[in-house]
Amino acid sequence: MNYKRIKNKIEHDEGLLGWIFILPAILIIVAIIFYPILRTLWLSLTSYSLAYPWRNKFVGLGNYLDFFSSAKFWATIGRTAYFTFSSTGLEIILGIAIAMLINMHLKGWRFLRTIVLIPWAVPTVVNAIIWKWIYNAEYGALNGLLQSLHIIDKYQSWLSVPWRAMNMVILADIWKCTPFIVLMISASLATMPEELYEAGEIDGTSRWQSFKYITLPLLKPAIMVSLVIRTVEAFKAFDIIYVLTNGGPANGTQIISYMTYLESFSFLNMGRGSALSFIVSIFILILAIIYIKILYTEDGV
Amino acid sequence: MRKYSKGIKIFGYLMMIIVVIWILAPVYWLVISSLSTQADLLVKPPDWIPDHITFKNYLSIFGDEQSVSQTASMFTKALYNSIFVSFFVTLISLLVGTLASYAFARLNFKGKKIGMLAIIATRMIPVVSLIIPIYILLNKLSLLDNKFSLIVVYLSFTLPFVVYIMSGFFQGIPHELEEAARIDGCSRIEALIRVILPLSGPGIAAVSIFSFLLAWDQFFYALILTNSYASKTVPVAITEFTGRHTINYTAMTTGGVLAAIPPMIIVIIFQRLIIKGLTSGAVKG
Repeated sequence: MNYKRIKNKIEHDEGLLGWIFILPAILIIVAIIFYPILRTLWLSLTSYSLAYPWRNKFVGLGNYLDFFSSAKFWATIGRTAYFTFSSTGLEIILGIAIAMLINMHLKGWRFLRTIVLIPWAVPTVVNAIIWKWIYNAEYGALNGLLQSLHIIDKYQSWLSVPWRAMNMVILADIWKCTPFIVLMISASLATMPEELYEAGEIDGTSRWQSFKYITLPLLKPAIMVSLVIRTVEAFKAFDIIYVLTNGGPANGTQIISYMTYLESFSFLNMGRGSALSFIVSIFILILAIIYIKILYTEDGV
Repeated sequence: MRKYSKGIKIFGYLMMIIVVIWILAPVYWLVISSLSTQADLLVKPPDWIPDHITFKNYLSIFGDEQSVSQTASMFTKALYNSIFVSFFVTLISLLVGTLASYAFARLNFKGKKIGMLAIIATRMIPVVSLIIPIYILLNKLSLLDNKFSLIVVYLSFTLPFVVYIMSGFFQGIPHELEEAARIDGCSRIEALIRVILPLSGPGIAAVSIFSFLLAWDQFFYALILTNSYASKTVPVAITEFTGRHTINYTAMTTGGVLAAIPPMIIVIIFQRLIIKGLTSGAVKG
């Protein structure tokens, strides 16, 4: 029978079966990832605008050169870098500290370990809403709290000064994302060989020394992986900016993905927007290569 | 286990208290605000422990009263859309992803390495880099503002994730079990269904949870690709409570609580599974 023959062929031909199994996934990925990214690359070389679609023409690297020679673009890159590295850096330090605290196994450590998951579970948009409400200039909890503690004497407008607004966004991001680092570091701490510490104790190492010479080196792979995952995510951040500040005040919190959004969907310049989004991809690609390098060299440890 | 001196212990407990307050205070404030009347919220200094609690904000979101703002009553529709989209995205990524990851983990075929590498690489591609062509295409096909389009588009971030994590799980299952089943006369597909899948239950559960959470959290695609309550999801609906000039604080915080409840419940119930899934996938590489 024909059906049986086909079935038999599939059963014995691993290559065929493999392809049948991965085909749906490959088709989906080609359709919604590979096609769009190539299309973005092509669009980035044109002046395509949704407002004037008939004026579409090929401009080569024009869009890119435009951005590279614009001070506004470099200011945005600078803000993106500041946002990415400040939030990631602080999250890593806090994450390690909280994971070490949990790892002390004091009373209530299990409770702390569960509680820590809450901010991580909160959707990004909800996180932004919580902080938008806390930072509110007229009725916000932050103002109320700081005034009750006599730290400030009158209500402050946290999100209306560029530099301050950026730092407030970073603070909100830290609340949401530190738990992820805690998870990663905790998991790594759980696999630490106890004997090393005991040996260290016999040799009379101080607590700080054993942290520095035993714990930290063993945590290195987990730290590196968290670092790169968080860097990539922070670099792509959009939701928190959109809800908390809308990129303002005076572009003070405008980072690159928000700029891409504005260019493409507010000004409808799809060509320029594509160029910007391709620049984001290139940055992320570089980070991804570092990621893979780290994973493959640290894996053997 | 190393013993801690009294001083270090006290310091540790102090830090624990600070961390717990730091984590819970914003959540507490969100919940309390959603249980207050708009008038009670607008006092200075804020009432840390409100005198009266009201469920009016929740009722107004779920009720069909005329007095209720349209945005609030439409929120129910958005909740439904979010559940619908997240559920089907999870289901499809699981079906398609499990098959693919089984092939990557267990079968030998040409193009396997490149296929896997391509899928892993896509995990990194930012949403902003895909959205413009997707928007233009869906616009041409008149498929904007459509729940089913959202499901397909969301696969772009859940599917690579499922393939990546699941192939790790499959690799962890001993080959001998599968071989034994095949000697007993199972075909490859029967062995997959009867032996491999039951053993990878925790892995499947973990990736389902992750896919659901990722889809639930998704904002950017939904913001761009939807414009009515036929397909708007919860994250987009919430942002509509915060207009440029007038902000409906109670609706905003109530929406926030409702959007946060499903993922929080999932995360707390499946805590162990999530930690295991996250670490086995991400740390192991």
